[in-house]
Amino acid sequence: MEQLQNAIAESKSHPSTRTTRPIVTGASVLAIKYKDGVMVMSDTLASYGSMARYKSVQRICKVNETTLIGASGEYSDFQYLKDLVEELTDEEFDEDDGASMSPKEIHSYLSRVMYNRRSKIDPLYNFVCVAGFKEGKSYLGALDYFGSTFEEDVFTSGYGMYIALPLIRKDWSADMDEKSAVALLEKCMTVLFYRDCRTINKYNIAKVTASGVEISKPYSLKTEWSYKRFQNPHIIE
Amino acid sequence: MFRNDYDTDVTTFSPAGRIHQVEYAIAAVKQGSACVALKSDDFAVLAAVSRKESELGSHQEKLFKVDDHLGIGISGLIADGRVLCKYLRTECLNHKFVFEGKMQTGRLVKNLSDKSQKYTQTSEKRPYGVGLLVIGYDKTGTHVFETLPSGNFFEYIAQAMGKRSQSSRTYLEKYFKEFKDMELGNLIEHALKSLKGASEETLTKNNCSVAYVGKGTKFTLLTGESLAPYMSLVDEEKKEAKKNED
Repeated sequence: MEQLQNAIAESKSHPSTRTTRPIVTGASVLAIKYKDGVMVMSDTLASYGSMARYKSVQRICKVNETTLIGASGEYSDFQYLKDLVEELTDEEFDEDDGASMSPKEIHSYLSRVMYNRRSKIDPLYNFVCVAGFKEGKSYLGALDYFGSTFEEDVFTSGYGMYIALPLIRKDWSADMDEKSAVALLEKCMTVLFYRDCRTINKYNIAKVTASGVEISKPYSLKTEWSYKRFQNPHIIE
Repeated sequence: MFRNDYDTDVTTFSPAGRIHQVEYAIAAVKQGSACVALKSDDFAVLAAVSRKESELGSHQEKLFKVDDHLGIGISGLIADGRVLCKYLRTECLNHKFVFEGKMQTGRLVKNLSDKSQKYTQTSEKRPYGVGLLVIGYDKTGTHVFETLPSGNFFEYIAQAMGKRSQSSRTYLEKYFKEFKDMELGNLIEHALKSLKGASEETLTKNNCSVAYVGKGTKFTLLTGESLAPYMSLVDEEKKEAKKNED
């Protein structure tokens, strides 16, 4: 009993410094393997609850010549993951021995980090995809804030899991060419823009292939709002 | 070389700018039984003379697997060598656990050398009295590294260390230009032949050991029966030479 009372008294003087809930968040990230490599797409919004607060945020970033990562969830935790990975790439630059980390190794490293944080009940509140292309093989791995990790041919996070994944599963094939892959991801993002309130119509699309990593400048997709019921919801015909 | 005034501890330089304790540690390596390593583009091979302390004893183990893609041969204070082997194995395992990939040979050797260097700069401790020949196969191909008690390390196409290793080195200098595209069998033959001059007794399958690692091949240790087929290659040439003499 005394021990319990001491613990309660102590906890009042030490404020909680662990993540309890995400504050500034990113919405879905979609990624698919295709013929030449892996393609990743996300919007450029970081929401503050229901407010569309930061509208030009890049949620996909390059790690090295063969890998990129993209994340949904708490944006500050994604920035922290980026810093960790940058430490690794800086060390590698200093080693200067001709070897560089493969996508699988980066995925494994981040898995250990995420799992360790979860085990301290202080998670990094993200759902991350690690996309890469090395020595002729595509790699797509997923990580979540529970420390679960797996490899797959397609990756979706957030609302993308419910809305985009069925659409991708219908049309995806391993030997899709670039045009079809872009079309599929753009279709899914359009539907997500219509249906997920925490999105905006401004996207980054990125690919990693034999020629390295390329992340596009932000761009918008065509949306259709001229339906009669949108314009005059009260009219019953 | 012996009986210097500034050689009592490792933290004292001599007026000539040398640290004698470190040089004495390197001399301990030269007293150990011989070890050679050589490599082609696809394979790296280690061979060592395994001395026996007495007729009643077993031969000294000199070659150790560190990981599936990496192994070492030691010369000098074998006990120090075992401690370093444990350290290398732990480093590789840690790396495997975090990154799910093989550790780069050069980076592992660098870590070991930094560890060795600490003991050339600490009072009340001594340097490790063992030199290692590290062979490995990783993302950048085959490697042969030599590490010394001084904390220095060098990469080689071929190297020998230990007692009478100069004769091995002379042999390797003669043939190293051919190693690049050589087959594994021929590499092992050269390794054993280079070892011949460094051994007091005739080499048999029981008093030497061979190890290799390379493309599509995990680190493999050959001793006793598994080494016998290669010994016959080395012996045959001897037999033929004798034949021609007669």
